[in-house]
Amino acid sequence: MKPLEILKTAIANSVRSKLRTTLTILAIFVGAFTLTITNGLGTGISNYIDSQVAAVGSSNSFTVSKASTNTAPGSGPQKYDPNTRVLAAGGRPGATELALSQADLSAISAVPGITAVTPVTRVSPAYIEWNGHDKYQLSVLPLSGAQPQLAAGANLDDSSSQAQIVLPVSYVGPLGFSDNNQAVGQSVLIGIDDAEGKIHEVGAQIVGIEQSSLLGVSGGFINKPLSTGLADAQATGAPAAAKNAFADATATFAPSTQAQINTMKSRLSSEGYTAQTLDDRIGTVKTVINGIIGVLDAFAVIALVAAGFGIVNTLLMSVQERTREIGLMKAMGMGSGSVFALFSTEAAFIGFLGSAIGSLVAIGLGTVVSRALARGPLSDLGGLHVLSFAPASVAGVILLVMAIAFVAGTLPAWRAARQNPIDALRYE
Amino acid sequence: MSVPILAARDLTKTYGRGPDRFDALKGVSLEIQRGESVAIVGKSGSGKSTLMHLLALLDTPGTGQIHVDGTEAQDLSGRRLNALRNTLFGFVFQQFFLNPSSSVLENVALPLKIAGVGPRDRKRRALEVLEQLHLGDKAKNKAAHLSGGQKQRVVIARALVNNPQVLFADEPTGNLDTATGRIVEDILFDLNRNSGITLITVTHDHELAQRFERRIYIRDGQLITSDEEHAA
Repeated sequence: MKPLEILKTAIANSVRSKLRTTLTILAIFVGAFTLTITNGLGTGISNYIDSQVAAVGSSNSFTVSKASTNTAPGSGPQKYDPNTRVLAAGGRPGATELALSQADLSAISAVPGITAVTPVTRVSPAYIEWNGHDKYQLSVLPLSGAQPQLAAGANLDDSSSQAQIVLPVSYVGPLGFSDNNQAVGQSVLIGIDDAEGKIHEVGAQIVGIEQSSLLGVSGGFINKPLSTGLADAQATGAPAAAKNAFADATATFAPSTQAQINTMKSRLSSEGYTAQTLDDRIGTVKTVINGIIGVLDAFAVIALVAAGFGIVNTLLMSVQERTREIGLMKAMGMGSGSVFALFSTEAAFIGFLGSAIGSLVAIGLGTVVSRALARGPLSDLGGLHVLSFAPASVAGVILLVMAIAFVAGTLPAWRAARQNPIDALRYE
Repeated sequence: MSVPILAARDLTKTYGRGPDRFDALKGVSLEIQRGESVAIVGKSGSGKSTLMHLLALLDTPGTGQIHVDGTEAQDLSGRRLNALRNTLFGFVFQQFFLNPSSSVLENVALPLKIAGVGPRDRKRRALEVLEQLHLGDKAKNKAAHLSGGQKQRVVIARALVNNPQVLFADEPTGNLDTATGRIVEDILFDLNRNSGITLITVTHDHELAQRFERRIYIRDGQLITSDEEHAA
């Protein structure tokens, strides 16, 4: 028998006993539906996290700081070293944050693989105001490869000479704008204290409005000209040495494998620096979410295994019912291999029907629910689609279910194949 | 003398074991020539159906050998055996074994489908055979909707569709009334005479057996030279 004929005959056979096939398909449907939904949940949430992560910083950079010298309890104070500079003590009591000097920056850029090192200057603006409206507090961070998810306007341009800022959507109303679009393109004034306590005002243009986000900070992103302008204003009157002390630096590297990243990291740490990639900081969130998705997937697979026994049962009954037919076909010269192929194809076909219907319904329902959620309860988290379906993973689910169905079908198919043609014909 | 199409030597077949042991055949030897018409005659339980199943290679003997056209059947691979069943032999079953939900045409074309013949050739050949048996107008009917005589003719059509050299028939008229049975008999003998098909039929009907060139009588698993009971 030709493979195409086997397929056709198997399909015809599976629809011959409609009620039984339908019930089996329903059982598989439940499993495939659940698996597709949990898969979509995983894809949706990791997509969202990836986009949020991109908003906080680029993935091919380290945030490098000097390894803090912790005073372990009971070990006494650290000996003074005139070559180290201490930043204004922050963090927990007993920990001292050491500043990076120009020499440190050179040392970091000497590490193989690091392409550029930019010191991060902490600027602390006092307020932001627009057009004489009320003043509001503001914290800012330099862009350094971050890609904020914008609700309006465009992203920052580091190469432009214009001072630019991207504000979170929460600033739009308070500053006196009627909506996001009105805010884009407007000039704002940012006030900042200098070393002597005098307020300087630096002008900047709003180029974009950032969506509210999960991981983002409630501060503005600023481009290089603005950050330089603010830093200069802040440093007015400060001793020259303070200008060359940085809390941390951004070291960028060419896209690398995890192993290369780890090598650079250990190299930096052996030289007394702490280097963290974005993944280091956000990885744990992802691990937890992947864990939850994994558990949900496991439940779906349990449902599928149960459905697999349904397939075994359906086909065993089918083999029983068709004993004579199988015997007849074998008497007419049908090989055992063809009989086996016929029944296992039937199983795989039932699996395909169940999983295709299950996945389609899951995609349809999931898309509707996801849209409703994005408009309703989850509207605060812009850009979040709880369920999104990647074609590859949906195809993967269908193939997995077909494989389970095929495995379930092997036992009945084997029983059918080893039947002796004479069994059907012995009727004396 | 030419090589017999079927030759059996010292065939035995045993079912069950221990106290349930039943010797269906106790050493049967026979030869059937090409183009012969042979009736295997015996009572129920005499072993006549077992003998035919062995000759048709549907079952394996306990001991003994079967030669098909000079070839030892036990030496055949599974693939060769299947090809043999498919193309050399045709079977006519007393209980028909038609698939009631399929059309007559599909039922008749089944051996061709197993042989891997394409759909168009299948249809053409099946229709030819149905015409030959005056069933052309029933081709599209469901097999379940036919009368007993029509069903038996469909079964014969199915057996003939692969142009077999040997046609096995197991009580071909057993389920039919006398008139219909007569028609079916005529078809079978016509095939034997005009198409040269070797006809091997199992029956307990002595009247039918008289129409064959040769009769093989079997009782309790052994061949007997003459029909003692009938003679008595």
